[in-house]
Amino acid sequence: MSDYLLKAVDINKSFAGVKALQGVSLEIKPGEIHCLAGENGCGKSTLIKVISGVYQPDSGYIEFDGKRYSQITPLGAIAMGIQVIYQDFSIFPNLTVMENLAFNTELAAGHKLVNRKRMRKIAEEALSKINFDMELDRLVGSLTVAEKQMVAICRALMFNAKLIIMDEPTTALTKKEVSALFEIILKLKAQGIAILFVSHKLNEVFEISERFTIFRSGKLIVTGDTRELDDKKFSFYMTGREFENEKFKPSFESQGNVLEVKNLSLTGAFEDISFGLRRGEILGITGLLDSGRTELALALFGIRQATGGQILKDGSAVTIKSPRDAIACGIGFVPEDRLSEGLFLPRSIGDNIIISEIDRLTKGPSVLDRKACQAEIDKWVRELAIATPDPNNASSTLSGGNQQRIVLAKWLACKPDILILNGPTVGVDIGSKHDIHKILQRLADQGMAVIIISDDLPEVLENCSDLIVMKGGRIVATLDPGETDENTVLSHMM
Amino acid sequence: MDLKKTVRKLTGRSEFYILLVFIALCLLIEVRSHQFFTPNNIVDLLSALVVPGIFAIGEFMVIVSGGFDVSFPALASLTGFAVTKLLLNMDYQGGVWLPILMTLAIGGLLGAFNGLFIGYFELPAMIVTLGSSSVFKGFMQGTLNSKQLATIPVGMRNFGTSALFVAQNKQSGLTSRMPTTFIALVVVLVLAWFLLNRTMFGRGIYASGGNAVSAHRAGFNVKRTRFLMFVFVGMISALAGMCRVCMMQQMHPTNMLGMEMNIIAGVVLGGTAIVGGSGTLFGCMLGTALIVVVENSMILIGIPTVWKDVFVGALIVLGTGLSAMQVTRAQKASLRNVRKEAAK
Repeated sequence: MSDYLLKAVDINKSFAGVKALQGVSLEIKPGEIHCLAGENGCGKSTLIKVISGVYQPDSGYIEFDGKRYSQITPLGAIAMGIQVIYQDFSIFPNLTVMENLAFNTELAAGHKLVNRKRMRKIAEEALSKINFDMELDRLVGSLTVAEKQMVAICRALMFNAKLIIMDEPTTALTKKEVSALFEIILKLKAQGIAILFVSHKLNEVFEISERFTIFRSGKLIVTGDTRELDDKKFSFYMTGREFENEKFKPSFESQGNVLEVKNLSLTGAFEDISFGLRRGEILGITGLLDSGRTELALALFGIRQATGGQILKDGSAVTIKSPRDAIACGIGFVPEDRLSEGLFLPRSIGDNIIISEIDRLTKGPSVLDRKACQAEIDKWVRELAIATPDPNNASSTLSGGNQQRIVLAKWLACKPDILILNGPTVGVDIGSKHDIHKILQRLADQGMAVIIISDDLPEVLENCSDLIVMKGGRIVATLDPGETDENTVLSHMM
Repeated sequence: MDLKKTVRKLTGRSEFYILLVFIALCLLIEVRSHQFFTPNNIVDLLSALVVPGIFAIGEFMVIVSGGFDVSFPALASLTGFAVTKLLLNMDYQGGVWLPILMTLAIGGLLGAFNGLFIGYFELPAMIVTLGSSSVFKGFMQGTLNSKQLATIPVGMRNFGTSALFVAQNKQSGLTSRMPTTFIALVVVLVLAWFLLNRTMFGRGIYASGGNAVSAHRAGFNVKRTRFLMFVFVGMISALAGMCRVCMMQQMHPTNMLGMEMNIIAGVVLGGTAIVGGSGTLFGCMLGTALIVVVENSMILIGIPTVWKDVFVGALIVLGTGLSAMQVTRAQKASLRNVRKEAAK
């Protein structure tokens, strides 16, 4: 018997000539919480799929519980005690909690007929494994994200799991839900179950894991004890680059406010918001989820209409009742959920870049000028270093960081005076995050006024020249990011 | 508390609203005409429900699995024509069992054609059935050189004209026959209910309609499930076509073509989610019955038959729209309750 529960040794896997995994290895001890980290496209997901039998490796082998396997099938992996909790949880929103919990067991047992009594028993047993209480007849679609995750975890536990792989389990959870999840993970560990926790979030890696492995571009970079890891090393291992974290200092000289907000209110969302913004400044707005920060952004861009107060652009009052009004005032907006609000995912990268300035790229009445479009697309792909072999590819083919660059490019192409970004780096990997920050700072230095709305405190502290903290729909503090720290900001937020 | 829960559960389901509309419509017709709740009218309606009802059951399964089948009228016509023609050529004099078996066999085969492309090649059901609809039609009209068949084998004719019982309206003296084919509807309904709710195969249809990737990961054989389902749907649709031929006592090759839209409308009206994954056979039957009632009873309240299509159309828009709105509202309310409880 070896000391390891799972050993993946020298795994190679290529797709159509692209090497997704190049001789990587991974070792997990029984009952250990192991974190697998790496940027998007580094091969994390591919390795998970090899371990769970979805993909067959081109070479290499897997040792589990002391036995050596060169090929694993999905059913084989489940029988061995390997369970994967995918990012989308693999649940059925249209069916009840009971059916969601019991299907896998029923299918594995080869039952052809439905026996509701037996299924109910299976479901109850599943929930009891982590002492979780839930109505079995509720439709899973009506549950919160965290509850859905619990359903997925309970289901995974039904197969005497020895190893549970969680693929970025915290992406859609609130802070409170994340700590609840971590408690469950510790409970599982106490039962002797090993957890492979896939994440690219630094703080989570530190908080939960005992050992870590980092991949980059399909190669194993480092593996070791989490205790020996720190911020700097982590970023370096992930990206292969060293980042100097410079605080932003506005350098663009300007007089007078380009945007001034006076006593702006939106009933039920925020009240009495006033601030001024000059060209070349980056204003940070932070606060908890229910602080009204998102609604404020939406009101400034005309998606929601403010019920009171005034917005002044270059000193004169303007009415912003729709996104069209806002664009006419020179305001651009990068929304929180870029997938559903910011991008036409199936359309090409190029189409997405030029969509908001399409009125200008015409010759004659309303006929698109192809050449001008292409020039514009090439320019922004180059300028923002969007990593794509061809701008005609669909936007959905890009990683989160590159998608966010498209959204940025789209707005920059309209040359706005004011750019509002809501959560500009949510779900973006470290390297891209850094690049996006650099781009924003450069834009400010060129004379744009930028508003960053974010609850990522290091992000606002590092990049903003002013910081507003919101709580319960009101401004509770205006801070100088150069002279404050995370704890001070947090104490205002809570 | 339990009563409240039950009410909330009911109001969260669109079948509930369709039932209300259905009852309201029946009452309206009764008040205007005093002819609705008469034995012969009800038997007439049930008799008119047989063919659309069986079609709807097949369509219901396809929509739950996450697709649309627009090929069933062509499939039923081709099967009906082929079976009738073959038996006429053979000068078949026996009972109805051989025609039904042949219908199920050919229907299953044509369904397998759909299922092969949709299940195993993973093509969208709507596109495949649009195509196969033309193929079936073309095959019937071209290769089989279809013409109207004025007579049908005696066994089929007897099956179509025999009655379970005869209902009489005591006032007017009008009589209506409850056709034996109604048994076909009941049998298909019971079998489909069992298949969908009591077998893992049926739950697999629901599961893959909700999330096909998850269904695959959970261990359902999604491809085979879809393939087999289309075989069943082919058999069900072909059986409906055979009932139609028997009841009309002639084979009219183009008579059923164009029925697909009203059938789909009835299924969706009954609360079946167009994105797949949810819906009940009860709702499916209710929605279909509603359309049958509107189609047959407008004349009873003095609305000229030319306005029938307008009424059916308006019903579809209003019925689906209203119930969708109500359901969203009920779900939002229950979500609010959940949040409130969480906040406590």
